[in-house]
Amino acid sequence: MVRVTFPSVLQRHVACPPVDVDGGTLRQVLEAAFAHQPTVRGYVLDDAGALRTHLTVFVDGVVVHDRARLAQRVPAEARVDVLQALSGG
Amino acid sequence: MPRQLLIATRKGLFVLTERRGAWSLSEPEFRGVPVSMGCFDPRDGSLYAALDHGHFGVKLHRRNGTRWRELPAPVYPQLPKGKVEREGGGRPWPRSLRLVWSLELDPRTPGGLWCGTIPGGLFHSADAGASWTFNAPLWRDPNRSKWSGGGYDTPGIHSILVDPRDPQHVTLGISCGGVHVTRDGGKNWRNEALGLRAAYMPKAQAFDVDVQDPHRLAACRGAPDRVWCQHHNGIFVRDGDKPWREVKAKAVSRFGFACAAHPHDRDVAWFVPAEKDECRVPVDGALVVLRTGDGGRTFTELRSGLPQQHAYDLVWRHGLDVASDGATLAMGSTSGRLWLGREGGEQWQELAANLPPIAAVRWVS
Repeated sequence: MVRVTFPSVLQRHVACPPVDVDGGTLRQVLEAAFAHQPTVRGYVLDDAGALRTHLTVFVDGVVVHDRARLAQRVPAEARVDVLQALSGG
Repeated sequence: MPRQLLIATRKGLFVLTERRGAWSLSEPEFRGVPVSMGCFDPRDGSLYAALDHGHFGVKLHRRNGTRWRELPAPVYPQLPKGKVEREGGGRPWPRSLRLVWSLELDPRTPGGLWCGTIPGGLFHSADAGASWTFNAPLWRDPNRSKWSGGGYDTPGIHSILVDPRDPQHVTLGISCGGVHVTRDGGKNWRNEALGLRAAYMPKAQAFDVDVQDPHRLAACRGAPDRVWCQHHNGIFVRDGDKPWREVKAKAVSRFGFACAAHPHDRDVAWFVPAEKDECRVPVDGALVVLRTGDGGRTFTELRSGLPQQHAYDLVWRHGLDVASDGATLAMGSTSGRLWLGREGGEQWQELAANLPPIAAVRWVS
């Protein structure tokens, strides 16, 4: 299973405990995580479905650069960390 | 010469002047225009102002005498057409001047200036801002791709410490990119952020020097080996080329942006704490300045004369400065309030309550 975590600062606004989901593309992984708590989706992705500007996603500690398509493969047993980027102030 | 303070704000550059013990505030220079930084050069009496016009870009001006003259703004070297560079978070990293975030004198030559900018480039002028040279060695750091925006979309240099004993020795604070040091005037740089800790990264990268967010650096002029750092998630101190040590002394909070170092006493420094990260307001609505007098072993809370209820003032990176006497402080907030601190901050006095949001305060003399 893939472990998906969300930023601790987001917990103030919406419940988003870590969830375990199946592997696939990053988008499939995130959508599977959002299925547990649908409200989280709008906090992480923008209207066009791209990663919000001031969030950063790491897959096994490596930054995701394809922020719009989220098409990269996420291996089973990987860890996906959604973090608040400091660029947002 | 009367004592003066530069105040760079969202709506212009103000000057506060002391005459016979009374303080008076000037009308703003560049009225209505955001001023990100001011700098006075006592070598020739020049005053510099960095403007952020928004619609019309970043501009630099110099006043020598009574008239302001526009200077050429630093210009970034461009990538080949069609190529896109990305910062560490994967966001686009355009090479276009976004902000002059720091401006310091280079004592090696009359009119020498260092200019730290967003998006992360360092520039040097040897002719009082008449021309600028991009510092390519810093930009060529192979780990620069790990730098990321801190407070802005792209990385930036907010602190430039020139060693008064050896002006070839310069230390930069980069949000987010660590602490870069040259000992040969900018030909070679090394990231000396070892010991800083990034709580906002995955655990395996918490001590990666290239992702550190030092919010502000300040050095003791009389003992420049002692450098203080208000970091995104803590306060740190460093001596010479040793690793940074985290200051864990009890405090109302150790999150903040500004710090100031005593000009002579290496063990004295000031910080302005705020409720951490996601709130960025004074803890419990009460504005506090922290002072350590023992190298960071303990903090004293300084509150006298500062608002102790309903305060939402945040003090930005450059919003705190200590005068050369080591006893008089100036502090300006995002709410447009300006305070003068006496006796090392034991007693504060509000000098203005309705200024535009304050980006920087800086003693001239």
